[in-house]
Amino acid sequence: MTTKPTWTRKDLVGLDSLSAEEITLLLDTAKAFKGVGERNLKKVPALRGKTLVNFFVEPSTRTRTSFELAALRLSADVINVSATVSSLKKGETLKDTAKNFEALLADIIVIRHSSPGAAQFLAERLDASVINGGDGAHEHPTQGLLDVFTMRERFGGIEGLKVAIVGDILFSRVARSNVHALVKLGAEVTLVGPTTLVPKSLESLGVRVTHRLDDVLETTDVINLLRIQHERQRKEYFPSLGEYTALFGLTKARAARLRPDALIMHPGPINRGVEIDSDVADGSRSVILEQVTNGVAVRMAVLYFCAGGAGVQA
Amino acid sequence: MKELKITGGRIIDPANQRDEVADLFIRDGRIVEEVSADAEVIDAKGLVVAPGLIDLHVHLREPGQSHKETIGSGTAAAAAGGFTSVVCMPNTSPVADNPATVRWIHERAEQVAKVNVFCTGAITKGLAGEELAPIGSLKNAGVVAITDDGHCVQSHEVMRRALEYARMFDLPLLDHCQDYSLVADGVMHEGEWSVRLGLPGWPRIGEEIIVMRNIMLSELCDVPIHCQHMSSGGSVRLLREARARGVKISGEVCPHHIALTDECLKTYDSNFKMNPPLRTERDIELLLEGIADGTIDILGSDHAPHAAYEKEVEIDHAPFGILGLETEFGAFCDILVHKRKVVDLPRLIALLTMNPAKLLKLDRGTLSTGAVADVTLIDPDLVWTYDVGETFSLSRNTPFHGWEFRGRAVRTIVAGETVWKL
Repeated sequence: MTTKPTWTRKDLVGLDSLSAEEITLLLDTAKAFKGVGERNLKKVPALRGKTLVNFFVEPSTRTRTSFELAALRLSADVINVSATVSSLKKGETLKDTAKNFEALLADIIVIRHSSPGAAQFLAERLDASVINGGDGAHEHPTQGLLDVFTMRERFGGIEGLKVAIVGDILFSRVARSNVHALVKLGAEVTLVGPTTLVPKSLESLGVRVTHRLDDVLETTDVINLLRIQHERQRKEYFPSLGEYTALFGLTKARAARLRPDALIMHPGPINRGVEIDSDVADGSRSVILEQVTNGVAVRMAVLYFCAGGAGVQA
Repeated sequence: MKELKITGGRIIDPANQRDEVADLFIRDGRIVEEVSADAEVIDAKGLVVAPGLIDLHVHLREPGQSHKETIGSGTAAAAAGGFTSVVCMPNTSPVADNPATVRWIHERAEQVAKVNVFCTGAITKGLAGEELAPIGSLKNAGVVAITDDGHCVQSHEVMRRALEYARMFDLPLLDHCQDYSLVADGVMHEGEWSVRLGLPGWPRIGEEIIVMRNIMLSELCDVPIHCQHMSSGGSVRLLREARARGVKISGEVCPHHIALTDECLKTYDSNFKMNPPLRTERDIELLLEGIADGTIDILGSDHAPHAAYEKEVEIDHAPFGILGLETEFGAFCDILVHKRKVVDLPRLIALLTMNPAKLLKLDRGTLSTGAVADVTLIDPDLVWTYDVGETFSLSRNTPFHGWEFRGRAVRTIVAGETVWKL
């Protein structure tokens, strides 16, 4: 007899520290919550009376909105705080700012921050639940979960699935969270991109590294394209967006070589014509918008477990 | 006339190749051949009697950063670690790039320091790496070396001229080896853990390329360069080859670089953030090999106090550096002598006394008759646990809280006066 998996964590800092069972529990629960969003009355009372602070020290629309919707659908109260209005601008430390939210009796703090480890830093210092909404190049666990959720929904399972993640892996928290979840659930992950952005040392994460996109096109079940952020990056990593597209962009010609049932994913926001051809992004194999929908369900599951919600059958 | 007799200890004085059980005599702050029957007696049976330990790499933070450390508190920590002399770095506020600041430090030390304080002066004005500091005036004010520690002169031209100029004054140069373009905003060792943690990498090559530069410039200008806090195994190989050729290059190793690895950062604890960063087990092996074969013949702590509120921030915003003076001897003795058996006790003592004294031409580091009576009594087998709650430092930023070490200084004597005892 197998015991029913349980959730004992206060926080969700990353997927690296979760077990396969914990990840599966979140995904199964997200599936149930996805049904809530499809109903006419998109709300359950699971977190009624709980307060969530969306604390975004780095700009984001998609993730913040998704967390907000997830919390509202669970009947929690939500306030949004961004760095531009927070006291961080006045020199208050991260710790003090977060302690102030806690003093206002917030139950859950979702943090987005440019520093790797910022979520862990708060999780260790606060009684409130801390959910990592993306910390520098470290992790973006709910994005990883929603990506895996989307793959699982389509293929039924993750074990043995061939997943290619393409782009700026070195600086990508999305890539790291995807890798941790996929490796734990038994997928075969290949990271693709230029040598400067996809160093060999990434293989220590349990994945394969290649610098030729053309080598993986025909065999991969999933191709997950990361946003190329040349504007924010140091220019020495690759010469130009044009050269990047030529070598690693999912052009129409390359998309034609993908398997008919392959999934094309992207965490957004997409750069049309850079990492992905505009028509390919809108094509039938693209699940980019489904990912967005699934994001809310996954975040509902995360909030539900971390905030200790009760009374909803997973 | 004050007389002191330290009896029954094992006197280890590497400068005189002395290692024997004997009595040591002190009169009026100097080592003498004999004392009268009225001399005060310190029983050192079972202890090692060593020349006072010297740490050539310490940040005392005064003037200007007395919320982190003061000359009083830093030297008290030194005394508690068995150190009778410390060499302080010039990255104070104002920077010790002028004789007035150096004089201020000396005067302040005269008033409050528990142990000898030797000053270094900056290589360049404001540690900016651009214009030479008044090195001649700094020498006249009493500095024992020049260094931009915490910073690294990036222009090879400026470095070359600084060395040529320093040669007039017979001053060694201590260098913090870091290539800014290669290191950029690096926070930790570039490797498996930086990849996992998403932190910007500080690659070995960022140190090695400057070590190589220093070897070439030292050879060109015929001025000794001492590479501070070496972290990379590759730097050891470069040093070994150069020293075999006769280049006047030396290097130092700090306790944390042989006690800890980059994996320690996995919880993002800023007490494991220092510059250069913790590296891998392989680097540790190579550093230890370097210590074993004499490539590295000086040890230091890079004692770098920071206030808790400064350290307790996002890891990439936290300042680099940790406390070192109180755990330094324990860590070295435990690792180098007991656990890894890299050196024996006399050799360890040489690395902490005679060798730094020789590099900086300090009138210290030996128990020769007539020498200043700086003496450290050591129990090399004492097992003890470090509690940072009892530190003499004003700061608490140590990765070694709760660590158990074997070997400890138990009494620190400066010019014949006991300044600390266990």
